[in-house]
Amino acid sequence: MAEMRYLQAINQAMADALRADERVVVFGEDVAAAGGSFKATRGLLDAFGPARVLDTPISEATIASAAVGAAMSGLKPVVEIMFMDFVTLAMDALVNQAAKARFMFGGRSSVPMVLRTPHGGGLSAGPQHSQCLEAWLAHVPGLKVLCPSNPNDAYALLRAAIDDPDPVVFVEHKGMYASKGEVDTTRRVAIGQADVARAGRDLTLVTYGATVRTCLDAAATLAAEGIEAEVVDLRSIQPWDEAAVFASVARTHRVVVVHEAVQAFGVGAEIAARIASDAFDELDAPVLRVGAPFMPVPFARSLEQGYFVTADAVVAAARRVMA
Amino acid sequence: MREGPDTDMATKKKQAPGVVARLMPLYRTMVLIRTVETTLSRIFADGEVPGFIHLSIGQEACAAGIAAALGPHDTLATTHRGHGHVLARGLALEGFFKEIMGKAGGVCQGRGGSMHVADMSMGIIGANGIVGAGIPISVGSALALKTRGTDGVAVTLFGDGAMAEGVLHESLNLAALWKLPVLFVCENNGWSEFSPTRDQFAAPLAKLAGAFGIPHTAVDGNDVLAVADAAARLVAEQRAGGGARVLECATHRVRGHFEGDPQKYRPAEELAADAARDPIERAAAALRAAGCDDAQIAQVSADVDARVAEALAAARADVQPAFEDAIRDVYTVASDRG
Repeated sequence: MAEMRYLQAINQAMADALRADERVVVFGEDVAAAGGSFKATRGLLDAFGPARVLDTPISEATIASAAVGAAMSGLKPVVEIMFMDFVTLAMDALVNQAAKARFMFGGRSSVPMVLRTPHGGGLSAGPQHSQCLEAWLAHVPGLKVLCPSNPNDAYALLRAAIDDPDPVVFVEHKGMYASKGEVDTTRRVAIGQADVARAGRDLTLVTYGATVRTCLDAAATLAAEGIEAEVVDLRSIQPWDEAAVFASVARTHRVVVVHEAVQAFGVGAEIAARIASDAFDELDAPVLRVGAPFMPVPFARSLEQGYFVTADAVVAAARRVMA
Repeated sequence: MREGPDTDMATKKKQAPGVVARLMPLYRTMVLIRTVETTLSRIFADGEVPGFIHLSIGQEACAAGIAAALGPHDTLATTHRGHGHVLARGLALEGFFKEIMGKAGGVCQGRGGSMHVADMSMGIIGANGIVGAGIPISVGSALALKTRGTDGVAVTLFGDGAMAEGVLHESLNLAALWKLPVLFVCENNGWSEFSPTRDQFAAPLAKLAGAFGIPHTAVDGNDVLAVADAAARLVAEQRAGGGARVLECATHRVRGHFEGDPQKYRPAEELAADAARDPIERAAAALRAAGCDDAQIAQVSADVDARVAEALAAARADVQPAFEDAIRDVYTVASDRG
């Protein structure tokens, strides 16, 4: 165990994967000489050389497509898209190519690639550098979508993603890069397994990524009122751990689904709908959602304050389902 | 899965052994492609092929000439008009027909159909339903071939319609920067789907390649020996570390964009001229000039007809794929992996 920042855990996972498997290569914009826009790939070029850690031009479509082709031809590429907003430029590669290959080519081919990308706001980065677009990708059969909430999971899940035979979109939260935690580099986490970040008997908060912290803060406030919230950290959005969520619902009978992404048509909508259809008999209250309002991520601080999901908003939703 | 493109040298002619030995296998490949395409045209009209198909009749010389230059470790990505390329590469004929007809024994188990034929075991990394999408995939494939220390070449075939796609420009740039062994092959048939390419794209491909410092070679794409010679020379340069190359094959699309397209947007004289430039007739004439007799040439068609008839019969007899098998292949789940 060692204390690491979230960003260091991601860097360590790539370094360890590069060391463990010569098929692993890393490429993207400014990832080699500059060490990455957020420094996630710092030191990898020096350690592994220019044949395995490569700078690309600003060509997101070709970065992602080249990852598909490299994966089909014997490598395990890990590519970076600098901001999740730019994944729009790589959508053909992800949606029509990577996601389809296993199925469309008769199950005899796989695309073992990882596309790392940071989402999320709170840095006054404005409408085109702050979005959480994971629901788009989770909607596409063939892609796996991960979103770790802490350094320990970031390390284990990135190793799992690189080892996985399918295309994985690994979503990081840029606001969490500096957060610290203990990391056990020998621990393995299977894709698709949620974690109960806090046990509680009264209601379940289902969430992932940065809003796990928000939910834990909300749970502390609720605990002071005598309400014990269970916080389920999905970790993996596609596939998501239905068994873990349903088991928690069976214990608490009340659910709030929380994410930073826009609430409308989001990940929370799917989870709420599945709970309503498959665990209806367990419910003592309607399933609520807490997410961003239906608007682009704004820039000014006053506007950002109105936009982002807060612990207070989660507490308010929790009180409603407890009422 | 490999069913080699015909390399039977039995018909080698005494008078001009060099020409016949080189041309006859290419001729056989072209006749195979033409026979398959005309068979598909017929059974498509009869309702035996689901969906829609894009035939390569008139463009067979490009496929045969390019494939002849490739070795077992090279990769090939192609387009919606890719039947000829995968057949020339040696894709199993029966698995091909079953795929196009949506049968369980298809090379992709009937999941993809005409626009999504692939066979990774022979480096066919996919036909593609998205114009230009195979090009950057081939860039990545070339990166893998180079990183793994092979002398393999990644061939990417595209039509002139793809010249206006941004990924071609990105890919030329990246392949040039990284000195990757990508052979960019443009089959320029003059038509971007239903519009003339001269109205669609402002720069000749030669200038585009030149802008990135990539050597550009233009050939008559209906002259199969010219295509084969150019491809062999370029691939040899690439195996020696030469990096990216562009090969532009001028050719003609005899059928419509899709099968059933009446091509009312094309002048009748152009269609007639295309038929007169038939690459197979030209190769047959060259074989006769080199001393082959009509019986030898007719035997090629007879052999191919028999193979195609056998494959079609097998495809017709095959069952449709089961839904339960298909839905299991969306992605692996942890329990599958032990």
